[in-house]
Amino acid sequence: MDKLPDSIKKLFVSKDNSDKTLPDNLFVECPGCQEIVYRPKLEQNLGVCPLCSYHFRISVDEWINFITDANSFLPLFEEIVSVDPLNFPGYREKLESLYKKGLNEAIRTGYARLDGIKILMGIMDSEFIMGSMGSVVGERVARLFEQGMNENLPVIIISRSGGARMQEGVVSLFQMAKTSAAAKKFSDSCNLFISILTDPTTGGVSASFSFLGDIIIAEPNALIGFAGQRVIEQTIKQKLPEGFQRAEFLEKKGFVDFVCDRRKLRETLVKILEIHRYRR
Amino acid sequence: MKKEKILKQIDRLKSIAIAEGIDLSSEINKLRAMLELESDDFQKEKQMKEVWEIVQNSRKIERPKPQDFIKNFIEDFIELKGDRRFGNDNAVIGGIGYFDKYPVTVVGIQKGHTLNENIEYNFGSPHPEGYRKALRLSFQAEKFTRPILFFVDTPGAYPGIDSEERGMAEAIAENLYYLSDLKTPIISVITGEGGSGGALALGVSDILIMMQNAILSVISPEGCASILFKDSSKAAEASVSLKLTSFDLLNLGIVDKVIDEGPGLEVNPEIGYKNLSEQILTSLQYFTSLSSRELVEHRNQKIRKIGYYKDTTGYLKKGISNTRNFIYDLFKL
Ligand SMILES: [Zn+2]
Repeated sequence: MDKLPDSIKKLFVSKDNSDKTLPDNLFVECPGCQEIVYRPKLEQNLGVCPLCSYHFRISVDEWINFITDANSFLPLFEEIVSVDPLNFPGYREKLESLYKKGLNEAIRTGYARLDGIKILMGIMDSEFIMGSMGSVVGERVARLFEQGMNENLPVIIISRSGGARMQEGVVSLFQMAKTSAAAKKFSDSCNLFISILTDPTTGGVSASFSFLGDIIIAEPNALIGFAGQRVIEQTIKQKLPEGFQRAEFLEKKGFVDFVCDRRKLRETLVKILEIHRYRR
Repeated sequence: MKKEKILKQIDRLKSIAIAEGIDLSSEINKLRAMLELESDDFQKEKQMKEVWEIVQNSRKIERPKPQDFIKNFIEDFIELKGDRRFGNDNAVIGGIGYFDKYPVTVVGIQKGHTLNENIEYNFGSPHPEGYRKALRLSFQAEKFTRPILFFVDTPGAYPGIDSEERGMAEAIAENLYYLSDLKTPIISVITGEGGSGGALALGVSDILIMMQNAILSVISPEGCASILFKDSSKAAEASVSLKLTSFDLLNLGIVDKVIDEGPGLEVNPEIGYKNLSEQILTSLQYFTSLSSRELVEHRNQKIRKIGYYKDTTGYLKKGISNTRNFIYDLFKL
């Protein structure tokens, strides 16, 4: 590839690109099999490598497109926006620049339909401060559960987050308690909560609502756990075993119901909803 | 030093202004602004020292640990071990006994006073089975409508391979989930170091009490500094930003009561013990008088309202359709 002219190189993404989101380039080098994949083909395949089934991280809009019925997503709670309760260095500026980019917090919530079945949906956005949970994420998740309880609708949340948002200190820590309490009330109303864990789901999000689903589904190879790998390595002063904290590891240890290929996710969700008697 | 120099300079300018009859007020004002900046820095420095001292005190090995509170407060204490799932976690001590005339269930995170004790208690870092033991005893307390006392002092849940294999995230999540709805009073006291999710797992309560020199934080100041400033030695600076002291958290509406420690628990615990004991007794009297429905309702409302955000419904109604620009405008307001 080194011999190619720069103008063509630009069309490729090198594999040492640490950000594993689906890149904008026309050709993408797959981190799974190192083959060059034509981007439109990748999109048709829901961001999954057609050769080796590597699951790329995809954006919120792509999730909406891939999973829900066309034009069925109706946003809720977008009017709730972040403030800077601790006057934390740099936080305000960070929020400002993210809002300017058009991002709307680390979770988007709303109504959607899956094969005509009405659901409430939350999709976390790892581009927004690593998908961290501050007051707004906590509030939107709590309201999502409350809405589901009031309307007897199932809730599906796609998680990916680095954990609690440091910049909101203990206020963000308590969003764990808030979302968990809301999940409990929702559960007591006998409605279904499906939690989908994608790469990565760690820290305060995994240790709260994400692990409280009636059914917990993980994406292949997704990093899922409580403590960060670097912290664990520093604590125990040894290298972590291959596959540690990956979706398949959690399935083996009994902490997720099953690992599901993204291309099978939609039909699987519809089946689960139907078994729970949610109707079109 | 610098401050004195500026003061001298101002005096000199003043005397020149009078002697020569010229207007130097703008120069003098500039110097005054510099002076203010100096004293701001000075205040900041002072605050940083104070907060950092609290952080260090909260971790002192001489400071009474949860097991000492239990010894002091609970009569006829009988320790109950194990999570009935995997094993018994020595980092968590639980049991039953009397507080005053009230039969209670009590759970604390143990921290050592010596290296050997600390090794035995894993430095106060529980594994999942520790949290599952706490939850098991909490369900038992609910069954017998016994109030629960939690004493919390931990650097955090243990980050290890075994912890992850046994589902640390799930263990903490389950505690938050079930404690939010438990039909018996829960009183939680942060006695020393309140380390993140590992502390929160025993912090869902009807009243969250904090000893004056205890801390409660979403991340350790060292961890925050290494992420934020790429330099863990800037922990003192980070500790101020994190707002982790008892009074900060009282102001933020997270903590319900702060207990005066007198000279500090690590110096002489008697005053702190006495004040805490009175607060626990008042709380027990109040919360045992509530019906289980009132109790759960109160606890849920307390948790539900924690959070700071801006609800911009009003702005949306005015017909601003482009969320992107409108959120940006809000920030400029
Ligand atoms: Zn591939």
